[in-house]
Amino acid sequence: MTNKKRIATCWLDGCSGCHMSFLDMDELLLELGDRLELVYSPLVDRKEFPDGVDLALLEGAVSTRDDAAKARLVRSRSRLVAAVGDCAVTGNVPGMRNRLDNGELLELVYGRPGDDQPGPPTVDVPPLLPQCLPLHREIEVDVFLPGCPPPASGFVRLLEAVLEGRDLTELPTLKFG
Amino acid sequence: MATTISIDPVTRIEGHARISLYLDENHRVSDCRLHVTQFRGFEAFCRGRPLEEMPALTARTCGICPVSHLLASAKACDELLAVRIPPAAELLRRLLNYGQLVQSHALSFFHLASPDLLLGMDADPGQRNLFGVAAAMPEVARDGIALRRFGQQLIQRLAGKRIHPAWVVAGGVSRPLERKTGSIILAELPAMLTAARNNLARLQGVLENFQAEIASFANFPSGYLALAGTGGRPEYYDGPLRLLDQRGQELFSEPVAANYGHHLAEKVEPDSYLKSPYYRPLGPEEGMYRVGPLARLNAATACGTPTADEALAAFRELSSNGPVASSFHYHYARLIEIIHALEKIEELLGEEATYDCRVRATAGANAPEGTGICEAPRGTLIHHYRIDEQGLISGVNMIIATGHNNLAMNRGLLQASRAFIDDGDMALVAPTDQAAPPAIREGLLNRLEAVIRCYDPCLSCSTHALGQMPLAVELRRNSGEFIGRVTREMAANHD
Ligand code: SF4
Repeated sequence: MTNKKRIATCWLDGCSGCHMSFLDMDELLLELGDRLELVYSPLVDRKEFPDGVDLALLEGAVSTRDDAAKARLVRSRSRLVAAVGDCAVTGNVPGMRNRLDNGELLELVYGRPGDDQPGPPTVDVPPLLPQCLPLHREIEVDVFLPGCPPPASGFVRLLEAVLEGRDLTELPTLKFG
Repeated sequence: MATTISIDPVTRIEGHARISLYLDENHRVSDCRLHVTQFRGFEAFCRGRPLEEMPALTARTCGICPVSHLLASAKACDELLAVRIPPAAELLRRLLNYGQLVQSHALSFFHLASPDLLLGMDADPGQRNLFGVAAAMPEVARDGIALRRFGQQLIQRLAGKRIHPAWVVAGGVSRPLERKTGSIILAELPAMLTAARNNLARLQGVLENFQAEIASFANFPSGYLALAGTGGRPEYYDGPLRLLDQRGQELFSEPVAANYGHHLAEKVEPDSYLKSPYYRPLGPEEGMYRVGPLARLNAATACGTPTADEALAAFRELSSNGPVASSFHYHYARLIEIIHALEKIEELLGEEATYDCRVRATAGANAPEGTGICEAPRGTLIHHYRIDEQGLISGVNMIIATGHNNLAMNRGLLQASRAFIDDGDMALVAPTDQAAPPAIREGLLNRLEAVIRCYDPCLSCSTHALGQMPLAVELRRNSGEFIGRVTREMAANHD
C-alpha cells in the first residue's frame, strides 16, 4: 500500500456547499491526489466507511438517527474528525427547524394525512431527531472549520497541516458566515 | 421467494438516497424505487422570516446551484415589492445564471459522470472517480476542473463569493459590474469554449459503447417542462412556463408565474422525502414529465448561438421523430448547454447595458404573494411566497428541479433494472440460505446508480423539505419484510 494519508468526506444534513468549497481547491485537488487518497466520499464509489482514516471531514448538522449513527461510525474509524462549515459547527440553517416540533414541521411540508395526501413519509426514510444538533453534541470533534461554506483556502490549510503532521490547534481560526 | 435488494448509498450524486429493487418469486423485477432520505424543512422554518432574508436563506438549500435559488427567490421577492427591476440588474442576473450553468454542468459531467462514460460502467470501483479519470486521461480531468473553476470564478467576480453570495437581492443586485472585470472574464472564454467542444466530441465518440444503456436508461415518452424563450430559444431566467407532450406538442404555455399550480400538482410518496410533481390534468401516471437539459433542448428549436446550434443539429439526429427520449442523453444535452452558456456569457459581456450603474429598485412590501420561476441547471425551479402585513413570510412552496424528475427517475430505474436483470446477462443469484446476502454483479449496481446520475439530481436541494441521497440495495419479501442489505463491497465480493 502507499503511504498516502487517508482522507474521507461525509455529508450529514448540509446543502453540499461545503463539499463544493472542497472542490473549489480546483487544480490543487489533483496535486493533493499524489499525497492523499480520498477513501470515502460522495465523490467516490465506496459504500462502507473504511477503517483507519487519518482525517474525516464532516459537512452538515446531525438531524436524523441515520446522521447520528453515521457520525459515530466515522468517529470510531477516524483518527481526526473535522466539523466542516457552520451547519456542522453550530447547526446553522438546518438548526432553524428547532423552534418547531417535528409533527408540526412535517405537516407544514407534506400536509396532513387525510387531505387528498397520505401525510408525511414514514416508510424507508430515517426519522428526525427531536432537535437538529451541531456535530460536537454527538461526537468528539478535533477541529472546527467554520464558514458557510468555509473557503477553499481553509481546506488547503487543514489538509496541509495533516499531511505535515502539524498540531491542528495552531491553525488560524477562520471567520463565521 | 420474493426479495428486495437495496443499493445504499447511491454515490457520485449530489445528496443522499437509496434504491430498493423488488424481485418476485422467480427473481424477476417487480418494482424499483428511489428513496430520498434527507429532509430539510425550508418550507416550514422560513415562516416568520423577513422577506429580504429569503434569497440568502433559501440559497442554503443547495451548495451546487445556490444561484438558482437566489434568482427564483429574488424574482418572487421582486413581486412582493411590486417593482420592475432595472435592465442592468436583469442582464447581470442572467450572466450569473450562465456562470452557474457552466460550473454545475461541469461538476455533473466531469466530476460525477465521466468515470462511467470514459472508464466504463464496469471499471474498477476504486478507480471509478475523478482521480481515476485524472490518472487515465489527465486532460479530461483538467478540462473539467477548469470549466468548473471558470463558472465558479465568474460567480465570485460578479457576486463576491463562489458559494452562497449575497449579491442577488429583492429588487435587483447589490452592485454593478465593472468593465475591467468583464474583460478578465472575456479573456478566458476562448480556452473554455475549446475545452467544452473537445469534450463534446469525446462523448460523441464513445456513445456507441453505450447502446444498451441508451436503450434502457429511462428511454420512454414523457412530457418536457421548461421556460419558453422567444423564437424557440432555450430560456433560463424568465418567460412563460411551457409543457410539451411526448411528441413535442404544447400542452400549456403559462405566462403568469403565479398560475403554476393550475397546471402542476405534487404527490407525497410514503417512502421518500422527495415529493413527485406531475401535470395535474393527466394525473401522476400519465402526467409524468422531465425537466433539465434534455427537456430544454427538446423544447428549443434553436439555441441562437453558433457553436451550440451546430451541436444542437447533431443532437437532433439522435431521434428521427420528435424529442430525444433517453435520459442517457442528458449528458449530451448538458455539454451543449455548457457551450451555449459560454457563448451567452460572451454576448452579455459585450453589451453596453450590462455595465449600467442602476442595478436595484427599492420598495417595501407591496403585494401579498409572489412567485419566481427560473431554470436551474437541473430544470425548472419555482419559489412561491406569501407575506403578512409586516412583510414577514407566512407561506412558502418550493418546487425543485429534481422533484419534477422524481417520477421519471423511478420509472427509469424500473426500466433499466428489467433490462439488465431480467433480460441481461447480469447474474443475480438468490441467497441459498436466508442469512446470506445475494450476489449481484457490481456493474449492475453501478448501472442503476448511473440512471440516477443522468438526471444529475440534487437531493439535498429537492427535499428542501428534508434531504439525503446515498445508494444501497435492500432485499425484502414481496410483503415488504426486510431480508438483508447489499452494499457495493459485499456485492463485489460475491462477483
Ligand atoms: S455550512 Fe453553509 S455551505 Fe456548508 S452545508 Fe451548511 S449551509 Fe451549506
